[in-house]
Amino acid sequence: MLTKRIIPCLDIKNGRTVKGIMFENIRDAGDPVELGAEYARQGADELVFLDITATNEERKTFAALVRDIARHLDIPFTVGGGISCVADVELLLLEGADKVSVNSAAIKTPELVNELAKRFGSQCITVAIDTKFTPQGWKVFSRAGTLETPYETVEWAKMVTDLGAGEILLTSMSNDGTKNGFALDITGAVSKEVSIPVIASGGAGSVEHFSEVFQEAQADAALAASIFHFGEIEIPYLKNYLAAQNLPIRL
Amino acid sequence: MNVVIIDYKGGNVQSVRFALERLGVQATLTEDRETIQQADKVIFPGEGEANSAMRQLTADGLDKIIPALTQPFLGICLGMQLMCRHSEENDTPMLNIIPLDVKRFVTDLKVPHMGWNNIYNLKSPLMKGLNEQDYVYFVHSYHVPQSEHTIAAADYPQPFSAAVQYQNFYAVQFHAEKSGPTGTKILQNFLDL
Repeated sequence: MLTKRIIPCLDIKNGRTVKGIMFENIRDAGDPVELGAEYARQGADELVFLDITATNEERKTFAALVRDIARHLDIPFTVGGGISCVADVELLLLEGADKVSVNSAAIKTPELVNELAKRFGSQCITVAIDTKFTPQGWKVFSRAGTLETPYETVEWAKMVTDLGAGEILLTSMSNDGTKNGFALDITGAVSKEVSIPVIASGGAGSVEHFSEVFQEAQADAALAASIFHFGEIEIPYLKNYLAAQNLPIRL
Repeated sequence: MNVVIIDYKGGNVQSVRFALERLGVQATLTEDRETIQQADKVIFPGEGEANSAMRQLTADGLDKIIPALTQPFLGICLGMQLMCRHSEENDTPMLNIIPLDVKRFVTDLKVPHMGWNNIYNLKSPLMKGLNEQDYVYFVHSYHVPQSEHTIAAADYPQPFSAAVQYQNFYAVQFHAEKSGPTGTKILQNFLDL
């Protein structure tokens, strides 16, 4: 049976992970390659590496890092952050990324999603959607969540699905960092309305939150960062807990 | 051992190359016909869309030489589908090595079938040392139905071929190169053939 995926996300700046990541058995906590391999060993189903640098010069560092990650990692990984055109995607896939995620560029030019899907196949195109609950309901935000777009979240998710996205990474900015749980309502609404897999992100604080987002919101995967990095929830413990709730989990 | 990965601009070939590198094998990436014919082992990865992949293979003259290869051959993901007779993806005639047709998933479940799923009814030396129900990583929207050539099955939700073997032609629908220790074992088994 297809299992629910657990996905740690690592933020990368200048080829190093940002935010302190605490593992006792890791020598260099800033090395994305070593950390990625450790997460794979713990049972992570996939990894996401997010480039949070701003300049083009730094982006070159990221591409080199992607190659190094691909060389060492035996599970799939997605890379994202600042991808704006076909050439960006081509480079990252060529370096060995399994999937790329596009966010603001898709909002600016929705046709880009279609172009990428046609060129590289839907299977490697993830559209990342940052959403926030507003007085007008759940809206899509771009540019790292700083700019409200006219798009209503479910409508945008359906639109990118039709354009050829292979997967949606849905981050609730209203929940991110709260540790009060994932946004079950919007995750459930998107998951129900689109025919492609949905990764829930933002708000994970306990193992119960993962169980909720899989059972109540039908998420196909769940992503988290700090709770994994700081060892608040260990992946083997989380996966055993979820399996005990009768969820399909790879142990 | 001379291992060749056929590079026809069909997606992520680096992952396969790196996976072999982790097994101590430096594989050659090439679309050169002679190099492919002379290899001890040939790996045929693939991602993306069937029709454009077939067009590229035909343009490189590979549609003629691949079916005639006699050394152990391993198709991965789209590579496996390309080895079949026909695909429903854009109604594409394939390489016609294995007498099977590729179908789209007809299901209420999410498509692509993306993530870790278990495989069972394992046969063939390719699956040596694996356990029934081991997990491997899939990403695909089309599938090869079960047949007498199936050497591993998976369910989504109906059973389909996770792997097939036809003479010297082996193929896996999942990404062995991205399937953790289980996938590594399969690649090692292929190298040991």
